[in-house]
Amino acid sequence: MRAQAVLAAALLLATAAAPLALPEFYVTLLNYIGLATLVTLGLVVMTGVAGIVSFGQQAFVGIAAYATAGLTTLAGLSPWAGLVASLAATAASALLLGAVTLRLSGHYLAIATIAWGVAIYYLFGNLPLLGQYSGIDNVPPVSLGGWAIDSGRESYYLIWTFTAAALVAERNLLASRLGRAIRALRFRAVMAESCGVDTASLKLLVFVHAALLAGLAGWLHAHFLRFVSPHAFGINAGIDYLFMAVIGGAAEVWGALVGASIMTILKEWLKDWLPAFSQRSGNYETVVFGVLMLLLLHRARDGLAPVLARLLPEGARQRPAQVAAPAREAPPPAGTVLLEVHGLGKRFGGLVAVRDLSFAMNAGEILGLIGPNGAGKTTVFNLVGGALAADEGEVRLKGSRIDRLPSREIARRGLRRTFQQVHLVSRMSVLDNVAIGAHLRGGRGALAAMLRAERDEERTLLSEAARALDRVGLGEHLFEPAGSLPLGSQRAVEIARALAGDPQVLLLDEPAAGLRYGEKRALAALLDRLRAEGLGILLVEHDMEFVMGLADRLVVMDFGEKMAEGLPDEVRRDPAVIEAYLGGEAGDRGQKNLKPETGS
Amino acid sequence: MSADIVLWLVQDGITTGAIYALLALALLLVFAVTRIIFVPQGEFVSYAALSLGMLQTGQTPGTVWVLIAGGAIVAVLEGASALARREPARLARILAVYVAGPLAIAALARWGAAHALGLWAQMAIVAALVVPLGPLLYRIAYRPLADASVLVLFIVSMAAHYVLSGLGLVIFGGEGLRTNPISEARFDVGVLKIGAQSVWVAGASLVCMIALWLFFEHTLVGKALRATAINRVGARLAGIPAGLTGSIAFVLAAAIGAASGVLISPIATIYYDSGLMISLKGFVGAILGGMASYPLAALGALGVGLIESFSSFWASALKETIVFTLIIPVLLWRSLASRHPAVEDEEE
Repeated sequence: MRAQAVLAAALLLATAAAPLALPEFYVTLLNYIGLATLVTLGLVVMTGVAGIVSFGQQAFVGIAAYATAGLTTLAGLSPWAGLVASLAATAASALLLGAVTLRLSGHYLAIATIAWGVAIYYLFGNLPLLGQYSGIDNVPPVSLGGWAIDSGRESYYLIWTFTAAALVAERNLLASRLGRAIRALRFRAVMAESCGVDTASLKLLVFVHAALLAGLAGWLHAHFLRFVSPHAFGINAGIDYLFMAVIGGAAEVWGALVGASIMTILKEWLKDWLPAFSQRSGNYETVVFGVLMLLLLHRARDGLAPVLARLLPEGARQRPAQVAAPAREAPPPAGTVLLEVHGLGKRFGGLVAVRDLSFAMNAGEILGLIGPNGAGKTTVFNLVGGALAADEGEVRLKGSRIDRLPSREIARRGLRRTFQQVHLVSRMSVLDNVAIGAHLRGGRGALAAMLRAERDEERTLLSEAARALDRVGLGEHLFEPAGSLPLGSQRAVEIARALAGDPQVLLLDEPAAGLRYGEKRALAALLDRLRAEGLGILLVEHDMEFVMGLADRLVVMDFGEKMAEGLPDEVRRDPAVIEAYLGGEAGDRGQKNLKPETGS
Repeated sequence: MSADIVLWLVQDGITTGAIYALLALALLLVFAVTRIIFVPQGEFVSYAALSLGMLQTGQTPGTVWVLIAGGAIVAVLEGASALARREPARLARILAVYVAGPLAIAALARWGAAHALGLWAQMAIVAALVVPLGPLLYRIAYRPLADASVLVLFIVSMAAHYVLSGLGLVIFGGEGLRTNPISEARFDVGVLKIGAQSVWVAGASLVCMIALWLFFEHTLVGKALRATAINRVGARLAGIPAGLTGSIAFVLAAAIGAASGVLISPIATIYYDSGLMISLKGFVGAILGGMASYPLAALGALGVGLIESFSSFWASALKETIVFTLIIPVLLWRSLASRHPAVEDEEE
């Protein structure tokens, strides 16, 4: 921590002193780097972290630059009014573009941003009001209480104040409740939905906020250069910004600074050197950038920031302080019906995965759902949890229908699930992964997160997450990357994440798979305690010993239908069940196989 | 607007639309088989058009250098992998295919530039120059990342576009070229004078589409490509090698690009950087058609050609803005048509 603070202070001092020591040329270069960092910062969060690819950020820079240039030169307004107009214009256009594309697969947005960037470029270039291809000049400088910021050195302080503030704000955002959800968007959106995250709205938020950073850069661009023209906002500028984000990588926000610096300096350098090789003028540097990008994507897809991060001193994280648990709804008394499934059916094309399935589960009960591979158990989980839409039948949670609801709404009503194939954000710490489960127990927005005004709430969420991890026996592994744990522990993290949501109904998909004997006993003890606390637990499990010893009742499925239901002992003796498990001759071996074996 | 102007615009729109349709088919084919949003498709068009233009002015097309360099890179990559697998016997074949092959084509192009050949012979040379670029590009840029996500492959495409368009500037220069038409004849149809080149474009596009359809329906390789498009893992398990289907898709894409290039070059001036705009119009067409159906993509691309033609009449300066803004209402419609928002995980 000390070393980090010293490093940060030195960096701040160097940044503040740079324009006093450097020639004008370098100050201008640093100004360009600052502007590019702002745009790239939005892309690092949006593309690198959240997986939303845009090649059209230059269009947002352009819209903002033209909005402020137009208002200040044509209408004579103050640049500060121009700032408001710039941000409003970028937000509105990003909302429109995001709303029509973010519901579709990711590549539609990426193509749309290219098309939109081209459209905007030609619009700027052809509107007489905006000066066509020669643009608008004589844009007034920003003035601050009578001080006109009209030199490169003065602009440097304006630009870098905004850039540094944005870097800190984005870092804070990613370290918050919303930030954890954003970090799950790219590879684990299905999981995030199951924890109550509205991923579609969150993607829109991320997209609009990246556009606003680009808009801020556009406003600064117009008042620093004092003129705007379409050439700065061509499609290649958009590609360059994305490349900067790829160079920096997704791991750290300061990757934006790394990527923007490398590209901007390289571009300047190539401008000097390339004409020496060829008499023709033109965009030869694209060859160099393209080759570099290919090499990077082939050799170091995560960008350069992780490589550089290894050189930096590492700050130790402290275990979150124990905070009193937030008030919670009293669990329903044992025996209340929690979950009812009636006549459930699902087809995939010609395959009937689930047919006319009905069962009910009470509070304070563990209901085992068993059956041979391919019987449709996981499909039932996806139908009940809302990850799939049922074709027929209904599902009720505490009496109200949930079968038409998306999984995030079902999560809000107190049902949580784990996934058979673990769905963890592998690079995020175990604690952060589990805290996603507590997403709905907080409600502060992005702005509060950027300003760190939500620390009280954050403490509660992290404390709840740590408590859930203690319960599954992983209290010693809070800060390890989730992907580094053995598979059995990863399953336990899944359970902890579900518990962090304070559910009343828990759906566990093969939680004991891959666990060792001792771990299984610990898991059984945990589920036993949860049952005593009044939770209803639906358990899919292949380990017969585990499920027979634990479940109050069993539902047996085969070929998508219910073939038996009852107490474990009844089910074990059911000839149809034995036949389904062993195929054909049900003999002594079958009996033996279904019997719970006493420890070994 | 009089009726003959409308007719003329329709004819003009269908001519360019037919080219966009060909490109939309190629883009869709590559996406279906490899999941690559193949932005550099347009570079095949500009390379073919400009190579033909250089041949017609008696110059050796600079494309030969790209071909030789691309072949050399693949030879190194393949050679290294052959040595790593202790199969030195493969080296001779690698040298023959990736070094001697491009050199032979380059020699042919040089000879072709020095002799006043007929248009068809020149087109054949252009095809020999441009079509191999497809599989070479696939091998160098995409195959090592075949398991990456759609979005990573998209970024690779933009990088490849940067390299190819930058090299285009180096080898062709900044000047645009227009080539000789296949035929200068004009037919009077009522009030219209239809250029023979337009008829050639429409006819050749139609022939290409029929050939593609026959290929997919009636050949084993075509069926293998369709199988890969429907289920990649399943196709691989059935013994269809993913790298091979990818290469074949790129051969087809480059061939379609080369055909589009030689067809469009007599009716439009092509520059080294025209490729991106041409590709994008193909994409708008493919998206209009829902990015899944070949006939709809072709119709969508035809629509793009018509809209472009009419908007260049009404608001010539805003032509590109209109064509590219069109994508927003189309995506809105598709977005509303899909009831559930796509909650999907990118492959890690």
